[in-house]
Amino acid sequence: MLKNTTPAEFKVVIDHHICRRCKRCLQNCSFGVYSFADRVVPDNSKCVACQRCVGYCPEGAIEITSNPAAFKYSANWTPEHRKNIWKQAEQGGMLLTGMGCDLPYPILFDSMLLDACQVTNPSIDPLREPMELRTYLGRKPDSLQVETGKDGKLKSKTPFEPQIKLEVPIIFAPMSYGAVSLNTHKSLVMAAKEVGTVMNTGEGGLHKDLYSYGDNIIVQVASGRFGVHAEYLDAGVAVDIKIGQGAKPGIGGHLPGEKIGMEISKTRMIPIGTDALSPAPHHDIYSIEDLRQLIYAIKEATNYKPVSVKIATVHNVASIASGIVRAGADIVYLDGFRGGTGASPTVIRNHVGIPIELALAAVDDRLRQEGIRNQASIIAAGSIRSSADAAKAIALGADAVAIGTAALIALGCRVCQMCYTGKCAWGICTQKPELTARLDPEEGAERLTNLLRSWALEIKEMLGSLGVNAIESFRGSRERLRGVGLDKQTLDILGIKPAGR
Amino acid sequence: MKMGTKKTIKSDGVYYRKLNEEIRQAIADGATEIMLTGVNGQRYIGDGLHDKVKITMDGVPGNDVAAFMNGPTIVIENNAQDGIGNTMNDGKVVIHGHAGDVLGYGMRGGKLHILGDVGYRVGIHMKSYKNKVPAIIAGGVAGDFFGEYMAGGNLVLLGLNGAADEPLIGNYTGTGMHGGVIYIRGEVEEYQLGAEVGIKELDNEDHKLLKKLLEEYCADFGLELDKIMDKPFIKLVPISHRPYGRLYAY
Repeated sequence: MLKNTTPAEFKVVIDHHICRRCKRCLQNCSFGVYSFADRVVPDNSKCVACQRCVGYCPEGAIEITSNPAAFKYSANWTPEHRKNIWKQAEQGGMLLTGMGCDLPYPILFDSMLLDACQVTNPSIDPLREPMELRTYLGRKPDSLQVETGKDGKLKSKTPFEPQIKLEVPIIFAPMSYGAVSLNTHKSLVMAAKEVGTVMNTGEGGLHKDLYSYGDNIIVQVASGRFGVHAEYLDAGVAVDIKIGQGAKPGIGGHLPGEKIGMEISKTRMIPIGTDALSPAPHHDIYSIEDLRQLIYAIKEATNYKPVSVKIATVHNVASIASGIVRAGADIVYLDGFRGGTGASPTVIRNHVGIPIELALAAVDDRLRQEGIRNQASIIAAGSIRSSADAAKAIALGADAVAIGTAALIALGCRVCQMCYTGKCAWGICTQKPELTARLDPEEGAERLTNLLRSWALEIKEMLGSLGVNAIESFRGSRERLRGVGLDKQTLDILGIKPAGR
Repeated sequence: MKMGTKKTIKSDGVYYRKLNEEIRQAIADGATEIMLTGVNGQRYIGDGLHDKVKITMDGVPGNDVAAFMNGPTIVIENNAQDGIGNTMNDGKVVIHGHAGDVLGYGMRGGKLHILGDVGYRVGIHMKSYKNKVPAIIAGGVAGDFFGEYMAGGNLVLLGLNGAADEPLIGNYTGTGMHGGVIYIRGEVEEYQLGAEVGIKELDNEDHKLLKKLLEEYCADFGLELDKIMDKPFIKLVPISHRPYGRLYAY
């Protein structure tokens, strides 16, 4: 390899007056920044600003700053472009990255505002009135016939397909065991159980220890079919077929052999140390008809559990989603281009796909126009950062949202985007035992439970201010959204009015 | 072996969902041998079944026979279509005729024995794990993408019935292969192979394994092992277990 000439991105500043040389920074840094020679000596070139050392320095003696390397100013040739070219000139490969797109594309959630009640239509006080967030995912009947039961209560005469019951309209996004640690999976599944929602296994199978949490798990099937067998398909409440991922639409996955240790090997059912390659397409799915075949093969194998199909939002997403629903999917999972990843080529993550806001609106519209919206639930994902994003997505037509990165941030992630290195200092996106031990699943579950509780309270507060007492009454209420600073065409696609109208 | 109960299910014109329900019910009632008469294009037969049961059919089943299957033996006394043994974990499918595309996709265990030709994309992403080593043996010729992305297991192509000028195998054989072995009775040209595989000669271990696999295959179809072994085989193995190692910059 050629000499590394790329300037360090960050600078580690140590206040040696207050440093007591306890070397805790040496123990905590998993990127090998620190060495000790009479005093702590940092190697700036290795720092990724994950903030682990900063958080664990008992004296508060460490500060990470961005390295003010003297680049001659150019608005066009930004330091990022120059650094990327140097790296590629030295190494001759695709740049890899982790997490979601970090470029400043417009975030349409931040250009939409919710309505509220004033004077003429009273708001509802969520402290006093019951507020319903319960959500059912799955195929709904075309029409409903109701009869009065013997107990005087109304009952549906129309049979229902099986539904996934959620107490909050938020689920945990698929993140595979392999990409994330087992303790991360444990945290997610325990929180899902506590809150009454589901986590998605991602494509790496389900660890034996977690089969008992089946009521709160959606199992995923991707092109590599890792850890997929009849018992696995039956383990959860639904099966998710992964076609695409927002961070890397149209390309496959690749878990390097170094990450395939004993437990991962057992769960994925592949030998220790071999590369786990997920081909770009499922080579048994080249058409909507082929997708239908896999959906129904899974339904036959699971005695008709709901099947979800996850796609990355790309230009033609509305037609694709229509095909997916017609293929028999009970849930369509839309992953916007800002969605996260454990590893993706940077060029794909940053430049392929479309935002979830537009994709969601387009898909909801298309399914309504075709009269098939009831046949599948829609999950929106791809950077849901707050309860406000969740509420806006639901107003645009989502049945529920999925959070991946937000959940990892709750677990301690600092968004340093080095997931692909397998060195996560916070024990989340790594398989090194000394690092995974840093995440206590009990505490992790508590953090995630707290996050969902907080967002649920906030959504109830928003619903109250909107004067509705159930998320069901708010779903698809684009009339309660207004756009600010959006052009006419964008407003038209989102199906919302500009603020002031 | 314990004597099991035999059960015949008339399948002519029965919708696949109902047919599969009847099969599951028969197994629950203790049947260990099931005969399906008049099968004609029904999909998903045997999907997800995990019992030690033998299912025989005289007709042509539809796609996805034995998908996610984990144990049973299925005998098709006829031709078969696409997607057989998709993500199969264990068990065996014996096909007394030709079979279509995408056989044994992501298959992890068990056996597919096909007497005749097979279509495109056979054995894609087959993988092995511990004592689970899947095997697909096809008696005739195969189409493109044979063993693509193969990560483990054994793929055998015999070319028994083809005309002399007919190609034994299509193009892109073993593209992206990073584990397992492909045995081919006859010669292949370099242009028919993916960049990730190389042609090797068989050693003693290979001959032993091949003999073991083919003995069972011959027993299923009443073929003579010696006649199959009278022509030399070649072996295709991945050049690297990390075919995509040098793709990235950090």
